[in-house]
Amino acid sequence: MAIIDDLGASLEKLPGGGVALTTLDGFMGWSRSMSEWTYPLGTACCAMEYIASSFSRFDFDRHGSIPRSDPRHCDVMVVAGTITRKMAPVLKRLYEQMPDPKWVIAMGNCTVSGGIFYYDSYSVVRGIDEIVPVDIYLAGCPPRPEAFQDAVLQLRAKIKAHSIAPSNERPVRSTLPNADTPRKGEGIAEGGERS
Amino acid sequence: MNAEELKDRLCAQYPDLCESLSIESGRATLVVAAQDLHACAADLKDMGFDFLEMLTALDWGDEFELVYLLRSHEMAVSMFAKCRVLRDAPRVASLVDVWPAANWHEREVFDLFGISFDGHPDLRRLLLPEDWSGHPLRKDYEDERIVRRPDYI
Repeated sequence: MAIIDDLGASLEKLPGGGVALTTLDGFMGWSRSMSEWTYPLGTACCAMEYIASSFSRFDFDRHGSIPRSDPRHCDVMVVAGTITRKMAPVLKRLYEQMPDPKWVIAMGNCTVSGGIFYYDSYSVVRGIDEIVPVDIYLAGCPPRPEAFQDAVLQLRAKIKAHSIAPSNERPVRSTLPNADTPRKGEGIAEGGERS
Repeated sequence: MNAEELKDRLCAQYPDLCESLSIESGRATLVVAAQDLHACAADLKDMGFDFLEMLTALDWGDEFELVYLLRSHEMAVSMFAKCRVLRDAPRVASLVDVWPAANWHEREVFDLFGISFDGHPDLRRLLLPEDWSGHPLRKDYEDERIVRRPDYI
């Protein structure tokens, strides 16, 4: 997407370029958000919910999200399942194979924080944001298909709000936390009690 | 051959093990010394235990206990063969030449407990990455990445 990104940077400098930029932003946001091709990285039971939500009963094809089992064809990675330390390099490599722009949904407690494997586990990564940047954290063990659809819609809002201009990031209108929101350990007050 | 006949035969073959041998409800337990393990396994296979269902280990502190679950399809009898090795010298004979199914089981036990199997054709880690240090199912395993469960939960 280098041409679009360069265009955003040069339009910003032109007098009156802001009008064109806003229009282009709207168009790019609309087109990117309406066709997420999801790459399912299903390693555990969350993958069952992912499969359930992609088949006819819940049918998220109607949102324009099509699962595709090749990271090179996809722009949204759905990490559905526990990521172990042995799997972590594979996850990173698959993420790097996806073309830009790309987004990540951490589906399920294991990918958000390690989940039930947070304590006393020698092998599980405590949150995939140790490895790849995460856009949507979807809690649940495992999350219902409705919750997953909501995550896709929240991600869509986030993509729509994204600007191609480097200095003109619009605020993300999503009720879910952003990838750069302070999270781990920040909410734990002194004395070990969770706030 | 039924379970009682099996017990008679085992007692005849291993008179000093006869006390530790118990056969209850079609399931037998045999405690073997580490140096006799390979010969005993070959005998058991001759007696009809043609299938190694499972192999695992336990950490009892000063020694490890290996547990082999054997199955005879002909007699419909399962047998646990148990074998203790000292923690300081965790070495035992490989049973890959008796039951080829032992290959990956022994690699798993080597991976997670650090017990070496003499004569194994390919003793590498099975589950953990090859650059892992330590054997995590040992009771004294320490890893700074592990978060211990706090008392208040």
